[in-house]
Amino acid sequence: MKSEVQAMKLVYKRPEALVDIPDHYCPGCGHGIIHKLLAGVIDELEIRERTILVAPVGCSVLAYNYLAVDGCEAAHGRAPAVATGLKRARRQAVVIAYQGDGDLLAIGTGEAIHAANRGEKITVVFVNNAIYGMTGGQMAPTSLQGQKTKTSPYGRNPAEAGYPIRACELLDTLQAPVYIERCAVNNVRNILKTKKAIKKGLENQVQGKGYSFIEILSMCPTGWGMKPPQAAAWIDQAMIPVFPLGLFRDR
Amino acid sequence: MARGKPEIDRERCTGCELCLGACPEKILKMSESFNLAGVYYSVCFDEARCTACLSCAIICPECAIKIWRATAA
Amino acid sequence: MSETILMKGNEAIAEAALIAGCRFYFAYPITPQNEVAAYMAARMPQVEGTFLQAESEVAAINMVFGASAAGGRAMTSSSSPGISLKQEGISYLSGAELPAVVVNIMRGGPGLGNIAGAQGDYFQATKGGGHGDYHVIVLAPASVQEMADLTIEAFDLADRYRIVTMILGDGFLGQMSEPLVLPRSSGKSFDKSGWCLSGAKGRPPHLIASLRLSPEHALEEVNLRLQAKYREIEGREMRFDTYRMEDAQVMLVGFGTCARICRAVVNHLRQEGMRVGLFRPITLWPFPGAQLAQAALGVKRILVVEMNAGQMVEDVKLSLLNGGGERVDFYGKMAGILPDIEEIKQRVRDYEK
Repeated sequence: MKSEVQAMKLVYKRPEALVDIPDHYCPGCGHGIIHKLLAGVIDELEIRERTILVAPVGCSVLAYNYLAVDGCEAAHGRAPAVATGLKRARRQAVVIAYQGDGDLLAIGTGEAIHAANRGEKITVVFVNNAIYGMTGGQMAPTSLQGQKTKTSPYGRNPAEAGYPIRACELLDTLQAPVYIERCAVNNVRNILKTKKAIKKGLENQVQGKGYSFIEILSMCPTGWGMKPPQAAAWIDQAMIPVFPLGLFRDR
Repeated sequence: MARGKPEIDRERCTGCELCLGACPEKILKMSESFNLAGVYYSVCFDEARCTACLSCAIICPECAIKIWRATAA
Repeated sequence: MSETILMKGNEAIAEAALIAGCRFYFAYPITPQNEVAAYMAARMPQVEGTFLQAESEVAAINMVFGASAAGGRAMTSSSSPGISLKQEGISYLSGAELPAVVVNIMRGGPGLGNIAGAQGDYFQATKGGGHGDYHVIVLAPASVQEMADLTIEAFDLADRYRIVTMILGDGFLGQMSEPLVLPRSSGKSFDKSGWCLSGAKGRPPHLIASLRLSPEHALEEVNLRLQAKYREIEGREMRFDTYRMEDAQVMLVGFGTCARICRAVVNHLRQEGMRVGLFRPITLWPFPGAQLAQAALGVKRILVVEMNAGQMVEDVKLSLLNGGGERVDFYGKMAGILPDIEEIKQRVRDYEK
């Protein structure tokens, strides 16, 4: 049977700002999705030439290799302080601080809270995967009660190790931030909402509006010891009940 | 006639299988042969049923999928 | 500009930094250098610069990292315990080859110590308190005038070599007020457009980082480049001063506040007919070892005076490895106690016995 030749147009392709190289992330890791969303928004807002990405220490320490923008390293946890210095020195730049659990909520808690409290005109993207991936799967401040990790082999015991910290709720007590939202990248519907949130966070900066914070629940199949589809499901079953998705403020 | 067609980069695919679950038509499966990295990669086995919904491309962490959509005749 | 004013050491550093074009200052309060921040808080807005009281010394050094990465002239100041906190940031600045000025107004240690001036951070400053093979240029002023003049130089050195330059003062210098002629800007500027983060417009993206995972030799290449840079600085940027060394038989060696005391010792003992002089390093890194050895030719005894348990004295001995190291004696006071001029004089007199 002859196949009919159809006229087709390309309706989805790699964003320009996403460097066309294979990345080093594990199969099913949320970082790949989030980098792609960031790149897409950078393209749409046409801000590639003035964006500066501050990378964390963690699996995404090389994030600047994957986005075609000026990149800046930061010592572990210090991204909001480095971003503060960058933004104060280059007010027209769009400065993004990209951070993981340990970076934002362990070693970097001071810098995280104070950049937010000063209302620094930056956008913080917080990738919450409830574990320390890069160093082999240790407990994170956002690890769940009972979650088994390399440093909580019997399951996180709150009596010893405290409870998971909710970053959005914590920052929501501060006066200055203009935008706080929690999203996830475990299914298409959530990914599309995450993209909208990232767009809002970067638009706020373009408009000079103030500090924006987007928390994104993300898969770590290797750290959790699950296959990627299972990891995506675990976000629904276990993480979202502890870290509810939604908008905290949008001023 | 198909409304759409996914173009999956076999060598970029890491075999995570997230696209399989995302596809509402369930027309993706993993290949029976390896790519150069030794990974089973995602394949669309019934392109005729593709609706160009973009779900597989959206969820792919490697941005390994392009989507073509049929233009109106 | 040639008007003489009375100014406190800490404030002289701040005003000189502004003259040098520093427009980004980040710091956390700690005695005995709080006047730097207070002065900057008042003056920075007047020159449309950024003053920010950071949440910690750690945050401050990382804000310096960011502002410097963006191409600005950035400075932070602190005192001993706060400088300990900054060591990670200083190592990162060094690995990323970012220019910055860091001011340490030393106090008594270790630990929380006290708030008196001391010189206990010489090792930390010159041997690298942070991790890895790096150096910072260390400038040791000995007067309010030098606090200002060396700050102007510090920014130029930092930019020229893409290196951290440290002003190593102490609480006495920071707190004293002396007549000061405000220095002029050097007028030098350094093109940072080839590396700084200004947005990837019309050029490939720039990266500021010290992480070099691949290829295998990438980090070694950076280190080789850093070492070459340090050799160049050692060849070109030594600074030192000598006082009445022409016919000296006893050479005092001191930096900062100790150098001031040693000058008085030299003057007093010269009146007694003794041939005493002073060698004063101004760059502690690079240490003017060859110049010290040269000055020590024909000298019978060398007395190193420090406000610590013996730190620079090791570098003095190292510079005399070719001969004469056995002439070196040490007089030190720790914990912010000022060296006693009579004790030093008596020590020198005792050499004649």
